Amino acid sequence: MSTEEGDKLHVVTADDISNNKKRLGKFLVWGSAIILAFTLLLQALDTNAYLTIDLETWRPSLYAYVFWAFCLCVSQVLTRGEHGKRVLFVLPAALFVISMVVFPLLFGLVIAFSDWNLSSPDGRTFNGLDNVRQMWGDPFYWNALKNMVWYTIVIIIEYAVAFGLAILLNSQIRARKFFRVAFLLPLMLSPVAVSWMIGKSMLEIRFGPISRFLRWLASEPSADLPALLYYPGIYIADLAQWFGWSSPSFFGSAGIARTMIMAMDAWTFIPFMMIMILAGLQAIPRELYEASEVDGASRWRQFLEITFPLMLPVSITAVLIRIIFKLKLADIIINITSGGPGGATDSVTSFIFREYRDRSNVGYGTLLAIVYLVIIVIAMTILIKLADRWMKPRY
Amino acid sequence: MSNQIFRDSESDRQFSASWFTGRVFVYSILLLWAFICLFPIYWTITTSFKMAPDVMKGNIIPWVDFTPKWLGWRSLGLSPETIGIESTVREEFLKRFWNSAIVSVCSSILAVGLGSCAAYGLSRFNYRFGFMRNSDISFFFLSQLILPPVVLALPFLVLYKSLDLLDTRIGLILLYTLTVLPIVIWIMRDQFSSIPTELEEAALVDGLSIWGAFTTIIMPIALPGMVAAFILSLVLLTWNEYFFAALLTSSHAKTLPVMVASQTGSQGISWWSMAALSFAAILPLIVIAIILERYIIKGMAAGAVK
Repeated sequence: MSTEEGDKLHVVTADDISNNKKRLGKFLVWGSAIILAFTLLLQALDTNAYLTIDLETWRPSLYAYVFWAFCLCVSQVLTRGEHGKRVLFVLPAALFVISMVVFPLLFGLVIAFSDWNLSSPDGRTFNGLDNVRQMWGDPFYWNALKNMVWYTIVIIIEYAVAFGLAILLNSQIRARKFFRVAFLLPLMLSPVAVSWMIGKSMLEIRFGPISRFLRWLASEPSADLPALLYYPGIYIADLAQWFGWSSPSFFGSAGIARTMIMAMDAWTFIPFMMIMILAGLQAIPRELYEASEVDGASRWRQFLEITFPLMLPVSITAVLIRIIFKLKLADIIINITSGGPGGATDSVTSFIFREYRDRSNVGYGTLLAIVYLVIIVIAMTILIKLADRWMKPRY
Repeated sequence: MSNQIFRDSESDRQFSASWFTGRVFVYSILLLWAFICLFPIYWTITTSFKMAPDVMKGNIIPWVDFTPKWLGWRSLGLSPETIGIESTVREEFLKRFWNSAIVSVCSSILAVGLGSCAAYGLSRFNYRFGFMRNSDISFFFLSQLILPPVVLALPFLVLYKSLDLLDTRIGLILLYTLTVLPIVIWIMRDQFSSIPTELEEAALVDGLSIWGAFTTIIMPIALPGMVAAFILSLVLLTWNEYFFAALLTSSHAKTLPVMVASQTGSQGISWWSMAALSFAAILPLIVIAIILERYIIKGMAAGAVK
């Protein structure tokens, strides 16, 4: 990575900044900061009814904040010259992220320990640890967390499928472009559309093509059915019975419903991992395979000794990003099962979404979300540490 | 003289047979997966041209199983007969479509702009903000990826309410920019570090300022990467985003996914119009995927291979 001392790009400029400019820069920052503070103070007094300006919203504060941020950027150039221009590359993005993440997170912490029903006129009341106690006794939240573990574990299967497909795409095949585009398409579809197209339409129990196909496989033997198709049919029917698919519904029983959600999510996101792995595969030099062929290695050994170890860094990146995306899983669940049956398919996000929709209690939902964030941060840190250790060369 | 001098030995011919079965195996898996990928889209297209009995019977192949009708598209006001006349449904649909387009394109442009500058700065200079050095700043940006949207959703709901940004496009644009920014920075950092610094050094010697060098020399070179980042953010996050849109918009700034989702609940089940609506919602991205496929792949590959 980058060396700690010295810039990669050396710029030598004569920075003679006049005192006037420096003063102007300082004046801009502090002046706008004072305006911002003054606006905030006025608005705070206004909302607490010490003053009567009757401002409808907090918009003026927002404008004052934006003005302050702008002045901060300008003053960087004014007071620090060439160095300020460099800071200007990162500063807008940093200010944007800080104001959009850090501030709402702090605000969220305040909300999390209060009882705040948006539809009630009382407004926010601080209620200490009541929300924590409620969370502790909320079986649905723990259930949703448990579901998230299941949803995350399934990524291993997704990864295996994606790896297989990437290897196939990387081999000598014709019409590669067609296959690549076709495999990529599911990623383009919006989860909402997917949940309708597949979840509601194709899995429709009376005439959806998938249920018809399964019924046809499991149907009674008929003369025109070739034996080749018939025997697997019986087998699949037995398998379905064994898994509990006796009730003719895909979202009736907990296990099947969860599997279906997993399958749909996998369907949309397998292309994502596949493309990343494919890029990694194409970066492996051919000479390695040629050398191993000379040494008489079989295909399977080539995979074990060359492909898989060399792909480990890419794989870990792909899986980690996939986990991050998986933790956001909600759209499909909200739209198909809305958590049912009995919370079996709930993800944390969809649960909080419903919690807000049904009770419009902002405080409790925020607490759940923040606990979720803490769990994620801890888990991801451990995962990344483990991955780092695992990725270090063993020899 | 029918004797062949050079011919394949027995083992080579066996090899050809096993090679052939291997081919069949590979292509059958590829075709099977292509079928799995394409069938739902095909099903949606065909369903939008079906009538009620066709849907109930589960007919699949047009002109063989059933005759295509414009029923679904007529209910959207987009069939050939209704395209000329006034239609409230079409107005509604176009409004949502326009909202989605504006929100996703604006937020992607904003993210690419902010993200490229930040990535360029991080790849060229050493910064020190308090205790934070370059790697810390990079980590700070990238760590935003881990943040699940649900954590921000409710605080933003309250904040936007007091800022009067609920149900506005600007509110959505700002949030989407935030969610896309880490990915853009990740892709662009990779792009910029592959461009040699000698280029800017030459430009600076010739008298350009550092920002001049960035805009006139580096940006044109990094343009494919920026396009890739733009397309990827459009595809992966902004066009299809549902969660924030469902929470933060109600009537004015509602986007297309929210419209699709709300139709499924309320209207009972009119399969053909839902199919038409879903297909109209996914069509732009399908077109983008087919035309700009290599940019999407380039964008995703940029982060994967170091």
